[in-house]
Amino acid sequence: MIEPASRIPTVVVEDLHVKYRVFASGKPARRNKQPAARTRGMRHVHAIKGISFAAYEGESIGVIGHNGSGKSTLLRTIAGLTPATEGSVFASSQPALLGVNAALLPNLSGEKNVRLGALALGFSNAELEEKTDEIIDFSGLEEFRDLPMRTYSSGMAARLRFSIAIAKSQQILLVDEALAVGDRAFRKRSEQRIRDMRKEAGTVFLVSHSIGSILDTCTRVLWIDHGNLLMDGDPKEVCKAYTDSTK
Amino acid sequence: MENSDYGELALSHGLSRVGSRPPLGAYIKETWKRRAFALTLARYRIEAANQQNRLGLAWVVIRPLLNALVYGVIFGVVLKQQESVGAVNYIPFLIVGVFIFEYFSDAFSDGSKAITSNEALVKSLSFPRILLPISTVLQAIYELVPMVLVMFVIVLISGEPITWAWFLVIPILILMTFFNAGVAFIAARITVHFRDFRQIVPFITRLFFYSTGVFFALDAYLAPYPDVLFVARLNPVHDFIALVRGALIENAVILPLYWIVTAIAAVVFFVGGFIYFWRAEEQYGRD
Repeated sequence: MIEPASRIPTVVVEDLHVKYRVFASGKPARRNKQPAARTRGMRHVHAIKGISFAAYEGESIGVIGHNGSGKSTLLRTIAGLTPATEGSVFASSQPALLGVNAALLPNLSGEKNVRLGALALGFSNAELEEKTDEIIDFSGLEEFRDLPMRTYSSGMAARLRFSIAIAKSQQILLVDEALAVGDRAFRKRSEQRIRDMRKEAGTVFLVSHSIGSILDTCTRVLWIDHGNLLMDGDPKEVCKAYTDSTK
Repeated sequence: MENSDYGELALSHGLSRVGSRPPLGAYIKETWKRRAFALTLARYRIEAANQQNRLGLAWVVIRPLLNALVYGVIFGVVLKQQESVGAVNYIPFLIVGVFIFEYFSDAFSDGSKAITSNEALVKSLSFPRILLPISTVLQAIYELVPMVLVMFVIVLISGEPITWAWFLVIPILILMTFFNAGVAFIAARITVHFRDFRQIVPFITRLFFYSTGVFFALDAYLAPYPDVLFVARLNPVHDFIALVRGALIENAVILPLYWIVTAIAAVVFFVGGFIYFWRAEEQYGRD
């Protein structure tokens, strides 16, 4: 890969290892039967096995790989939510992670969630009214704005959360499957927003199983397999290698 | 690139390690900038909590009233605790005790859940996490206002005269708010490290309830043991209650010790609790 000196890195991952210690119960899979590694049902999971790369301003990076390959763990570690066991992650500002988790405050209406989200992102009371309408407009949930968020479908909730998180230009945005639940029109709008953010010198990471949406939005793709970085480069090449491998 | 080159690349462009906490000064500034978030969250939470009850916000007052009634019957009528308070009017003595204690226990128990019950918020948006325990304390303040008004009415009805000393309640409750906030910060962080702490909170609350003399006068029982009495008077929760009683009720005595203990406790708990909470900032939301 070409590394022009003028490019400014936003995220640098250096020889990253992530290990989990989890309590396992039940019968272990046959190939995991290693008496030494299992003490009182404790299993060690080596989710990321030495990944290094640098991401630069203006890149949008797709992350692909099979289920359980470590994609989400990688994003959570970049966001600082999962500690690195070895190695380190450097970033130019606090990355924002968007995942498919539950509602922010399920008993409050969508609109109140939007207001709280905007305030938490640091918008002032003066900007609040305008921002709230803008966010709800983007989410396309105008007719549900006064309903409690617990009544939202998973797609609607994910759309609202995504709309809140991108209301503020984040320099580093990590999107973990959050677009997968939205419908087609919303997906188009979000992909456009991701492209815009990239132009504003931001860096976007996108975990997705939709190769189409990766090819549409990304300038670079990382292929993760069993915790290893298998390929890193041009979207077309990497995606082709990935789809070939799954045939 | 070799692995070590990545570290150099990061350092040469001034990137910082992810998940390291901001310096204290920047943290305080950022928190102050987003104070509207804590206020709005507190207001919305009260609305949401009371939407499902028919009597709504009235429960804020009804709950401690019912408590006071139960304690009044058991400790006043059955166990004759009113004899322990001597010349002091027992009904306002008990009401002030129960209501002011409620302010402490609300801040303590809600504060202990501040981070763990808002995981979705913590995981999806980045903001100074201390805003969450701050908002639980703000919520307790919102609920305190109607409680104090009802307390005033009951104290008046039980025959206590209004005096200039009533104004002392304001600085006392401001001091207590800082103390409560510090307790909430500490409890919020402990719960993140040890989830089991939430199971212990009710026991600690109960321990404080019986040792602070909410329904009896400490002096009446501990007078023969001056050392124990002195230690019991170092308990800030007892002193806050004793100060409010002294301000509102005739014959209730305020010792200068109470002012000293509460003032020191307010500063030490607020500042110490803030720093204690900030030191684990990068760990909230991790699993």
